[in-house]
Amino acid sequence: MSVISPYAYIAASILFCVGLKMLSRADTARRGNQISAIGMLIAVLATLIVGGMNYVWIIAGVVVGAGIGSVAARKIEMTGMPEMVALFNGFGGIASLLVGWAEYHKVVSMEAGAFDMLTIVAIYLAILIGGLTFTGSLIAWGKLSEKLPGKPYLFAGQQIVNGILVLAVVVGGVMLCMNPTADAAYRILGVAIALSLVFGVMSVIPIGGADMPVVIALLNSYSGLAACAAGFVIENNVLIVSGSLVGASGLILTKIMCKAMNRSLANVLFSGFGSGTASGGGGGGDVDGEAKPISAEDAFVILEAARSVAFVPGYGMAVAQAQHAVVELGNLLEANGCEVRYAVHPVAGRMPGHMNVLLAEANAPYEQLVEMDDINPIMSTVDVSVVIGANDVVNPAARENEGSPIYGMPIINVDEAGTCIVLKRSMKPGFAGIENPLFFKDNTRMLFGDAKASVSSLVAEFKEL
Amino acid sequence: MELLFFVFALAIFLGFELIAKVPSQLHTPLMSGSNAISGITIVGALLAVQADGETMTQVLGFFAVIFATINVFGGYAVTDRMLSMFKKKDTGGAK
Repeated sequence: MSVISPYAYIAASILFCVGLKMLSRADTARRGNQISAIGMLIAVLATLIVGGMNYVWIIAGVVVGAGIGSVAARKIEMTGMPEMVALFNGFGGIASLLVGWAEYHKVVSMEAGAFDMLTIVAIYLAILIGGLTFTGSLIAWGKLSEKLPGKPYLFAGQQIVNGILVLAVVVGGVMLCMNPTADAAYRILGVAIALSLVFGVMSVIPIGGADMPVVIALLNSYSGLAACAAGFVIENNVLIVSGSLVGASGLILTKIMCKAMNRSLANVLFSGFGSGTASGGGGGGDVDGEAKPISAEDAFVILEAARSVAFVPGYGMAVAQAQHAVVELGNLLEANGCEVRYAVHPVAGRMPGHMNVLLAEANAPYEQLVEMDDINPIMSTVDVSVVIGANDVVNPAARENEGSPIYGMPIINVDEAGTCIVLKRSMKPGFAGIENPLFFKDNTRMLFGDAKASVSSLVAEFKEL
Repeated sequence: MELLFFVFALAIFLGFELIAKVPSQLHTPLMSGSNAISGITIVGALLAVQADGETMTQVLGFFAVIFATINVFGGYAVTDRMLSMFKKKDTGGAK
């Protein structure tokens, strides 16, 4: 039976490629995902017909995993999507670690078991990348679900500790690969597993909440590379192909996210940006003027007269679960003869495309969603821009103040609209601790309060018309 | 053995080519969809649960199967759920 398996693996690989290709286009995305799922099914069936497996354990494992996965996927709120993706990523990572470990155990427990150099290196990499992906994703999950503080966690000597960790990982790797079946080798492997887990924690704790889009994309890439390493371990092409595809796509997303923040990957990973240290306080520069608060009634009058409105959502909209109210307001405005747009910054929220998912959930009309590069040239023709829980991605300091830590980051130029209404809980600066001069501009009005409550009261005003 | 590297190099290249221009509204589905694909490590997990293997190998394989299956099922289901909302919006706009 197993003679067909290699060909089935080829079919699965092709389906993954086609699926991914279709996933990157709006009209074919859903079919693409289904095609890739069929590819997965084929790969699993092709493996099972090889035979010789303990099917009781396999069925038990699959039933448990499928149950947990399906329930979690169905139950999760759309606002909780970032942490869910992070968690699934981590599970893929730990699975690759276990595959590497199991293969190692299998060989060393055989009489006269021996490793190819390539196999032992691949085992080490699968364990390392898999473990790092696992705990890194768990920390990201904790930060995203606010079970852990979102602030970067930095301590004195962090770089030194990380340096020692890297050194230990390299030394352990060399020792293991030089003599993989020695008595001490298994202990080295155990230490390597522990190190990889610690390393994942250490890599993600210094990264702040708003940099999470980069981290999730990168961990996504790692989970693919871990699967790829596991593919080298068991010398299986379908793992190598699909792991590489995921690794590459994760890297592309990482690059897009970094570009949208005008920062290098190294800067995101190592700088502890937004820890509220020296860079945050002084960077804001002099801010003139006073913030002008506005009541919901006054905001309604402004919006009611507007011919063109652009909503700019941010993480605050997700926290307040305000997406349905926002789209309802958008629809009412449109019925009022106003041109409505939703302008989405690439790194708004906590994962790539976060705002698009929420707006899609709330049924925002597709053609009203615009990207940053499309809205900025026409922003001066927009009567009212409404900022909902976004901060750094609309901070004009990125454009005007060379001393600002976010100087050079592309932003949505909401201040160029006729009037800018900012929905915000308080005057507290955003995650990076950077003052936002937008709040003090002449044409800016601050509507304080919970985003959902504020938008709902605007909706109520419109309905009274 | 060299063949594995050959496949690896080409697949990385192919991955970059396939997804080079993805619109930003698809970033999340692409990420969670590709995340599901990384659950392919389930193949390795299944192979580790050999009937005549050591208990320890089987246990490791068993847990690998559980985690990889969560990744696969969860990843595909969540992506489909997300994309079904995108779909609804498309037809809604066409009306």
